[in-house]
Amino acid sequence: MKLLVCISNVPDTTTKIKLSPDNKSVDLSGIQWVINPWDELALTRALELKETAGSSIEKISVASVGTAELEPTLRKALAIGADDAFRIDLNPQDAYQVAEELAALVKAQSFDIILCGIESSDYNGAMVGGMLAEQLGYTSVSSVSSLNLDGSNVKLTREIDGGKQNLTVSLPFLAIVQKGIAIEPRIPSMRGIMTARTKPLTVVAASGSSALTAVVGNALPTAKSACHMVDAENVSELVRLLHEEAKVI
Amino acid sequence: MSVLVYIENREGKLNKGAFELVSYASRIAKDLNTGVTALSIGNVSESELSRAGQYGASKVISINDGRLETLDNKAYTIAIEQVATAESATVLVMGSGFTGKAIAPRLSVRLKAGLVPFAIAAPSSYQPFVVRKKTFSGKSFSDVEVKSAVKIITLSPNSFGLHESPVSTAVTTFSPNLLDSDFSTRVDSSEKFSGKVLLTEADIVVSAGRGMKGPENWGPVEELAELLGAATACSRPVADEGWRPHAEHVGQTGKVIAPNLYFAFGISGAIQHVAGISSSKVIVAVNKDPEAPIFATADYGIVGDVQKILPELIQSIKASRSH
Repeated sequence: MKLLVCISNVPDTTTKIKLSPDNKSVDLSGIQWVINPWDELALTRALELKETAGSSIEKISVASVGTAELEPTLRKALAIGADDAFRIDLNPQDAYQVAEELAALVKAQSFDIILCGIESSDYNGAMVGGMLAEQLGYTSVSSVSSLNLDGSNVKLTREIDGGKQNLTVSLPFLAIVQKGIAIEPRIPSMRGIMTARTKPLTVVAASGSSALTAVVGNALPTAKSACHMVDAENVSELVRLLHEEAKVI
Repeated sequence: MSVLVYIENREGKLNKGAFELVSYASRIAKDLNTGVTALSIGNVSESELSRAGQYGASKVISINDGRLETLDNKAYTIAIEQVATAESATVLVMGSGFTGKAIAPRLSVRLKAGLVPFAIAAPSSYQPFVVRKKTFSGKSFSDVEVKSAVKIITLSPNSFGLHESPVSTAVTTFSPNLLDSDFSTRVDSSEKFSGKVLLTEADIVVSAGRGMKGPENWGPVEELAELLGAATACSRPVADEGWRPHAEHVGQTGKVIAPNLYFAFGISGAIQHVAGISSSKVIVAVNKDPEAPIFATADYGIVGDVQKILPELIQSIKASRSH
């Protein structure tokens, strides 16, 4: 059984966002790039599943759509433990295009299970997983917080409004995973970093996909006015302010 | 041409979130000089559905198919696609909760419709069709142009508000053409979270962090939430320590919320936490550290011991209500 984890290359979550002078794009100079946090958790869970005694998973691949600049992020995924990596050589314009390119790769490589993080921490779209599943005609479940293999089925838990559901689905299957899927993301070991250098990272030509949307402008939020401090000995003043000034209670 | 809005119900009732979506769809329909059709899936009475007319939906389509009781991503996608096609919808509006996140991307592929997720405002223009969304977890905004003929928007909760524009409403039923093979998700069991108010729908959220010292000290947090009809929430370390359930974690990797009022007790306000709450209308922070970054995000703040301030706050609110 082959498992694919889709990886998005994103700026570190503590990055201060600056815009280009014309506001058409985000100024990406000097940014520290990382594996999208949810994708990192997905990869961690994939490795846990492969390491389980008697696991039917033979191989874990990672894939990302982007230019050569994201290769260090894919190498990190290899260092964490993925067996091989694919980079689809295209600077994508939107999630639709990313999903179309990943679908072409999946059709060529035939993966049985695909894991996608629920969203990327840069664009916050929560789109690629669902779009990819539909492109492939795969069953998909979103907001997955626990996932286990059970023969040719997958047992999983998803969050729904006000609760959780335990589900069974059959393969092929795509899971869109969120917090809880793994507790702590795995960190590459020294040995992992050494072996990652020799693991295959295949560059695949783009399949001629097209985007349906484009970012045409950006803006930064307006600065918040200073916090109104209330004396700790005067809690009733806070209640008055919330009632009379903010009118929220 | 029409604007189609998918509205969810909770145990047969439409809630504020559904009416906000109808309000939003009505605004777009008015700008495009067309009408709004609302789509409901589930067992909802005709009189309840007709409440969508208060916010501008002249037509409500109801799908009541027992097989759709569970959110099966494939089957839901096909059902909504069939309605969108039957209604010649050019704009489809959905919420950005669990259902919207699961279904909107699949619909985007099926309808070859560009998707703007987590929109925060009505389109700023229609030719070209441009909608603003949050990016970088609220650290910036992006204006997204949708180039396809059909457009899909999922709306961030509490970002547009309720706007009444009453029209008379006709409720009709629709039976989607679904095969057994369209269903591929089997539910083995379900569990409900405790707590009466859903975090993602709450007007007021009472949240607490590591400054509470331990799970045994959560009593006053729950008491304040109860008093205000609020939902309870927590910071990431608290969820990771197992003091509170993961479902309560707000922040970048947890839930992103936008209540009218957010209380942060003993939460320092790391950038990842702020990413989950920055769209709140009013933020109140209580922290013993005057340098805590939460005060840079908060509207009102108290520097002090949460264990002392929380009971005082509860007493003070009770007192303010008694006269």
